[in-house]
Amino acid sequence: MNTDYGVAGAQLPSDSPSPTNPAAEGLVARIEIDQGGLTVDLTLDIAPGTTTALIGPNGAGKTTTVNALAGLRPIDSGRIELAGRVLDDGSAAGFIAPEDRRIGVVFQSYRLFDHLSVIDNIAFGLAPTRRSRRRARAEVAELVEAFDLGSLTNRKPSQLSGGQAQRVALARALAIEPDLLLLDEPLAALDVATRSQLRRFLAQHLARFAGPRLLITHDPTDANLLADEICIIEQGRVTQRGRPDELRRRPATPYVAELVGTNLLVGFNQGGTLDIDGADHQLQTADTSITGPVLITIAPNAIALHPEQPHGSPRNTWLTEVESIEPLGDTTRILLGGPLSLVADITPASTAKLGLAPGSSIWATIKATEIQVNEHARDRGRGIDR
Amino acid sequence: MAVVWLISACGGGASGEDGASGEDGGAPGLTGTLEVFAAASLTDAFETLGIDFEAKHPDVEVRLNLAGSSALREQLREGAPADVFASASPEVMDQVEELGLLRSPAQVFARNQLQIAVPADNPGRVEGIGDLARSELAIGLCQAGVPCGDLAREALADAGVTPSIDTNEPDVRALLTKLAANELDAGIVYVTDIEAAAGAVVGLPVVGSPEATYPIGTVVEGSNPEAANAFVEFVLSRQGQNRLTEAGFVAP
Amino acid sequence: MVLAVVGAALFVLPLIGLAVRAPWSALGELLGEPIVTDALRLSLLSSLAAAAISTVLGVPLAWVLSRVEFPGRSLVRALVTLPMVLPPVVGGAALLFALGRRGVVGGPIFDATGFTLPFSFWGVVVANTFVAMPFLVITVEGALRSIDQRYEQAAASLGANPLRVFRQVTLPMIRPSLQAGIVLAWARALGEFGATVTFAGNLQGRTQTLPLAVFVALESDRDTAMAISLLLIAVSLVVLVTFRARWWNTGTGDTSSPTSSARGASAGAAERAAGAAR
Repeated sequence: MNTDYGVAGAQLPSDSPSPTNPAAEGLVARIEIDQGGLTVDLTLDIAPGTTTALIGPNGAGKTTTVNALAGLRPIDSGRIELAGRVLDDGSAAGFIAPEDRRIGVVFQSYRLFDHLSVIDNIAFGLAPTRRSRRRARAEVAELVEAFDLGSLTNRKPSQLSGGQAQRVALARALAIEPDLLLLDEPLAALDVATRSQLRRFLAQHLARFAGPRLLITHDPTDANLLADEICIIEQGRVTQRGRPDELRRRPATPYVAELVGTNLLVGFNQGGTLDIDGADHQLQTADTSITGPVLITIAPNAIALHPEQPHGSPRNTWLTEVESIEPLGDTTRILLGGPLSLVADITPASTAKLGLAPGSSIWATIKATEIQVNEHARDRGRGIDR
Repeated sequence: MAVVWLISACGGGASGEDGASGEDGGAPGLTGTLEVFAAASLTDAFETLGIDFEAKHPDVEVRLNLAGSSALREQLREGAPADVFASASPEVMDQVEELGLLRSPAQVFARNQLQIAVPADNPGRVEGIGDLARSELAIGLCQAGVPCGDLAREALADAGVTPSIDTNEPDVRALLTKLAANELDAGIVYVTDIEAAAGAVVGLPVVGSPEATYPIGTVVEGSNPEAANAFVEFVLSRQGQNRLTEAGFVAP
Repeated sequence: MVLAVVGAALFVLPLIGLAVRAPWSALGELLGEPIVTDALRLSLLSSLAAAAISTVLGVPLAWVLSRVEFPGRSLVRALVTLPMVLPPVVGGAALLFALGRRGVVGGPIFDATGFTLPFSFWGVVVANTFVAMPFLVITVEGALRSIDQRYEQAAASLGANPLRVFRQVTLPMIRPSLQAGIVLAWARALGEFGATVTFAGNLQGRTQTLPLAVFVALESDRDTAMAISLLLIAVSLVVLVTFRARWWNTGTGDTSSPTSSARGASAGAAERAAGAAR
């Protein structure tokens, strides 16, 4: 699992496993489904080569959306258009069957066929096409190599680890050269260490797929690290969409604030001293157990703001500048500028007392115990280098 | 295959008022159940006789077990608790006697004649026993070993006919059912069966056919010997013989 | 415990009775008689044909019953399983009224072609199929209901049409139950008597199967009857024991493989499918 995928990927011929189709368009969907108790009504617009994360609480309509896109259930009204082809327009005649949709799906828990070997799982989607067997075999061989599955081809899915199974599932979905890659909770139900590795793996291979990608998840970390755009879905409707940092800065609802509002930094931990990637700044954490690359999370309400340099100086104290002030229900979200771009939640009363306004200088402090770190396998594909 | 009919469902309830007629009939004291094993060709006649006997002896309940004679023989051999055995063949009765199962020597109580039975509209245009050799017809007989089957084969042999058989039915009633359903073009059954089929089949005479002879006897395994003797007497009585004649049997 | 012994005795005692009375010394000679060899040949052919037809027709029927919503589905399901509780003689009579030469369906066919099912080998097969197919249908339908349909959805998303999904994903998932259903149907067909004698008649070499031969021989030649009975028991036991052993292996064969979430999902489905077979 520690093989460098970047190297394997670099050896890929440029026209595989998913060659860029110049005519390919993205996904444009308006999905309206009324299913007693929940009305799903949302639009999705995903450009080729970009990843959108659909994130929301249980029962928000994520599964319904997946089923509608995959053709497992028709939409009541609306329109699903993929690569210039209408897949569903709410009419019986306009409904394209799942097998004709050309959507590669990586399912939650993968749904690999246990009676078939790894190689037959990957080749499953190639069998009925008119392409010559030789061509199909070559494509499968390329995928096997790209996903480093060479030693596993004759195994049965029941003999694979979770990470291996995910690679097979992704290879299987990409083998059909889909017009849309749909990942349904691909990292759910994995332990933290495996999640981190698989997240990195996904990020790399998502970048290689030229079409639009949709990631269904309930985990803001996945969304933050894998997606170009995040769609927040609540009770069947998109309540906010935007780039991850936009959502963090300006959450439209308390749910969004809670979900994606956590400050997320990537850095390097050495004995409790954190070098923050992309910033000339250090933070101190109480967690000295990890040495190496880490994912750093800081709750917005863990950041305290002071008009003067505080006495007894906590270990993390720095002078910063208020970038903007966003009212957010019973708290106020303060966007802090350099050296670290962070958000801090304080009460409106404190905002008034501190006399904060955009451009104000302010002292920020964080207790070392409030800075959480988790091991982080760094993602070369997305440009965060070691 | 053995079917048991419960002739009387009201034995106990009606006994009080029927008790008087029992005294009039002069046969008091008979009670309990009477197990009568009878050849399938006796079905209708013995149902009637059973009802008559119960009317005479209200405290007796007659149970009929109707099957092919040889099937009944096998049941008796295995110790079935019969009081009376009425066979369609003296040979079968002899075998039962040799097994030591008869309480007293059997008596012949009726005879029966074979006829060719065809469905009412005679789809095979059967005219005589020679037609049973026509392979395009669906022909059924009772299986060998059953009296009607053995007799039919005897009759065919006498006439010099090799039948084109399509099925050997386990007993005469099964054969009759297929004839009445028009699935068979011809079969050889008893006159009495054609009577019983009430128009669904018609009979053609078999010239010089061997006759079936029906002996009846009481069985040692039975638990009701008095009633068994009374039943045999009743079958041989004028009233019993009248019933049998009505059903198409010939007096012995 | 006592009840269990009584229960077991109910099955074992008739076999002991048969074994004690069986003409062991003459067995070889008796089994070589034409009535026996003819019946054995007919029984094997007709029961295998019935099992094959039950599979070809019963699997699609089970699929429709388990997957397609239509009005009257529960009625159809009840009708399909009716032959399991119906006295076979009644089934045979019903077949006669439907498919006989004066039957509702058989009549027009006979008038047009002169073909009739009763008293023919195919009549035996039809009677056998009538009583045997329900066993296959309910076994397979149960398996189809219990398997994880998300695997079929996954196959569809990979471009497989419904027929291919069924052949390459559904069938392998229900295979243990399908095997069980086929063997049950075959065993039921092998032992079929009532519907066969009523619908197809009894003629040595054409329609007289082993159970009919037993019945006929019982009235004329008891030794032969017992020899045939022993033959029937032996054939049935060999097949049932063989398949029991195979199912047993299926159930315990792969417990050593590593556990993962993906395995948990698919293996669970397979186990449920296998469970439906038992």
